[in-house]
Amino acid sequence: MGTESVTSNATPAVRYADVEVGTELPPQDFVLRRGDLVRYAGASGDFNPIHWSERVATGVGLPNVIAHGMLTMGVAGRVVTDWTGDPGSVTSYEVRFAQPVVVPDDDEGTTVSISGKVTEKRDGNEVVVALTATVEGRKVLTRSSAVVRLP
Amino acid sequence: MGMNRDCLGRQYAPTEPYVVTRRKIVEFADAIGDTNPIYRDVTAATAAGHKDVVAPPTFPIVLGAEGLDMVTADDELGLDFTAVVHGSQAFSYTRPVATGDVLNSVTTIAEIKALGATEMITLDTTVTDEDGAHVVTASSMLVVRGDAGEKGQ
Repeated sequence: MGTESVTSNATPAVRYADVEVGTELPPQDFVLRRGDLVRYAGASGDFNPIHWSERVATGVGLPNVIAHGMLTMGVAGRVVTDWTGDPGSVTSYEVRFAQPVVVPDDDEGTTVSISGKVTEKRDGNEVVVALTATVEGRKVLTRSSAVVRLP
Repeated sequence: MGMNRDCLGRQYAPTEPYVVTRRKIVEFADAIGDTNPIYRDVTAATAAGHKDVVAPPTFPIVLGAEGLDMVTADDELGLDFTAVVHGSQAFSYTRPVATGDVLNSVTTIAEIKALGATEMITLDTTVTDEDGAHVVTASSMLVVRGDAGEKGQ
């Protein structure tokens, strides 16, 4: 998978006290290619042919093969867990799949841009992060957010 | 046509528990391109306060896969899986899934509704560990498209 941004796993853990409503998470771009969909199918057990067969995808009215929604959700979650440093910080995570992420059979693939912003600070060191995911400026996720517990 | 509303509330429980391995967690993390050492390295995981390598937040979708297969195989329900796209997904975690977990999952048909020619079914999968303690609940809303390609993934 092509991650165009530099992802450092030496992320210093963000602290509750240092976060404000409006704090922006470092955005990241992720490139999804056909091979990534095949790999995700194997890892997840979701072998629905709309994620690998152009014939089947167009046969059910899709423009082309589309990425698994869960793959989009998975890469979007990286923006949150890279920010907190610890995936165990996440207490809830939800997304709505607004539009399919169409992945052509070429070398360029499709770039999904993920950004996040703190929308709420709660008691118990919990913070709500609203997530945005776009492809060529169009939102592919809506009503998407994660709740994280920070030190 | 349409899904059988009598199946609302029906539960599907795989007989075998799911044993979480470090290899499977790494495979899944690789598939989302995530190099976080907490998904790979025991030292990094324990330094973060975990008992062993933990799984990415979306990993529990794997735990619901068998339940979903049972739902789609239920002829009484009549879910046409060829027309299904994923509408929305939510996870609520008590703790992250970790290497060595022996997990039981129960998938429940929580809701069936129609919007024009399109139907939506919500499946809630509750995951518990060997002690019966809650680990995570996954809620999947699937759209059975009457009109192709409008929404969902």
